Amino acid sequence: MSGILVIAEQRRGQLRPVSLELIGAATGFAAAQRAAGAAAPDDADLRVAVAVLAKDPAAFVPALSVSGVDEIVTVPVATPEFDPDTFESAIAALIDARRPGLVLIAHSVDSFGYAAALAAARGFGFATDVFKIERIDGALVATRGGYGQKVNVEVDFPGRDTVVLAVRANTFKPPDTPAAPLVTSFTPPAVSTRTVGGEFVEIAAADAVDMTTAEFILSIGRGIGEESKIPEFRALADAVGATLGCSRPIADAGWLPKSRQVGQSGKTASACKLYIAMGVSGAIQHLAGMKHVSTIVAVNSDAEASIFGVATYGIVGDIFDIAAELRRHF
Amino acid sequence: MKILVAVKQVSTLEEDFEIRADGRDIDPDFLIHDLNEWDDFSLEEAVKIKEAAGAPVEVLAVSVGPDEVDESLRKCLAKGADRALRIWDDAVLGSDPIAIARILAAVARREQPDMLFAGVQSSDQAFASTGIATAGFLGWPHAAVVANLRYAPGDKTAVLRRELEGGVLQEVTIQCPAVLTIQAGINTPRYASLRSIKQAAAKTIEVLSLSDLNLATTDVGEAGSLSRVRRMLVPPKSRAALIEGSAAEQARKLADIIREFKGVAP
Repeated sequence: MSGILVIAEQRRGQLRPVSLELIGAATGFAAAQRAAGAAAPDDADLRVAVAVLAKDPAAFVPALSVSGVDEIVTVPVATPEFDPDTFESAIAALIDARRPGLVLIAHSVDSFGYAAALAAARGFGFATDVFKIERIDGALVATRGGYGQKVNVEVDFPGRDTVVLAVRANTFKPPDTPAAPLVTSFTPPAVSTRTVGGEFVEIAAADAVDMTTAEFILSIGRGIGEESKIPEFRALADAVGATLGCSRPIADAGWLPKSRQVGQSGKTASACKLYIAMGVSGAIQHLAGMKHVSTIVAVNSDAEASIFGVATYGIVGDIFDIAAELRRHF
Repeated sequence: MKILVAVKQVSTLEEDFEIRADGRDIDPDFLIHDLNEWDDFSLEEAVKIKEAAGAPVEVLAVSVGPDEVDESLRKCLAKGADRALRIWDDAVLGSDPIAIARILAAVARREQPDMLFAGVQSSDQAFASTGIATAGFLGWPHAAVVANLRYAPGDKTAVLRRELEGGVLQEVTIQCPAVLTIQAGINTPRYASLRSIKQAAAKTIEVLSLSDLNLATTDVGEAGSLSRVRRMLVPPKSRAALIEGSAAEQARKLADIIREFKGVAP
């Protein structure tokens, strides 16, 4: 086994930001091994290679040329966008050719579509939604959440020479220093695909709201309990001058349009500076869209709700009481 | 025609819980069980397809787990599944999603469904792996995070939309039979009527052993898994500064935070 292989992710001609975070995870892991004296500085096991699969992979070389990357492997594939059969086959061939000890991929919608099938078919060590990677007593240990993120779960991979880890986005710091790594190319075997990717469709905004530009968001979650409570919180958001947002269950139920959903499959609160979450438990997919906000206030009746893990201020209490009292001030 | 729906009984933690003596899982006394939220949607999708089909379609709910999982399978029967099948052996303990997928693949080989649905992920462990790993073992086409589906049993292809990050969907055409992982929100799951709950209670849940599926004990459990739980621990407590007091006091402080943000004097 040799080296760390990072699989970069691109969509519609753009490198997805998580790709650089994966490089950060790989270089951070390698640096920790070196610092611990567990490996020589030039140890081949800590060499970081980044592969990018695309119709024209060379286009992504500049964006991937960052510090800590020893090699960029361009992998030309027939399909312009993600395709499960193409990715499984090409990545399997790449792993066969290079025998990496560790393969880092994004925990993303694309990897949901191929990684488990690849690992199952080839018997690679495998864990998803990983937010910590370390070596303990010589064994590779990955940490992920369990039981709705209430506990941390450390997993290891006894007897597996190659371990594939799907890494959580917005967790590892991307390197920001440009570099000039070696660039090589790998031509994967031809594959007959059983799916055909078609058009991309943007979810149309049902109203004029743009969650990505809102600076002040008041978000509601499952805790509001029923649709009849929506007007009350809409009025509260209007009164305090906030944009009304929501978590996934509210949009799924059709109580608010999908365009107001904050989170991984919804919108990212990119411009937000104050985020008030009322009755939002804090599923990891929701946190992905808002945990970066500088001031987060969480209001929830469950003191153990994971939203408090990312909040600046926490109010443990009844959201309807707090909403009613808050209304008196505006 | 047959649609196999793989379901999981998930566990949430009691407010106060204890980690098992070996440190590798939660003490089962502190777990509350329910049908996985995503599976409610995949089951509904299968039942909708059955109801819209011209020819008879069987919806088969399948779960891997001990006796107590019958409760979730009865829920599936009450919501429109025609049959329910459960697989268990004590050797399954310690299985990761890949080992569970190996069992589901063996069930699919036996039952020969036209389509296999699973939830995108489970609400407790959120692996997002079981459905697609099942496809890997079967060698079937697969698609994950399906938020829209056009398919009738017997069709050679299905047209679906994958829900990508950032509010974008991609349309995909896939050959059948296939494994699809179904996203929450794809439909509105029905409530079971009192009558259907009663009927479900009278139905038999088929139980299979590993040997019924030609699986060995080493195909499951830790031996059949690609990862092993080493340790479970409670993460460091939240960093939120708690605003204490009555609702009125808490709201007043929240109002101050809002005014400060807006640059208005309190």
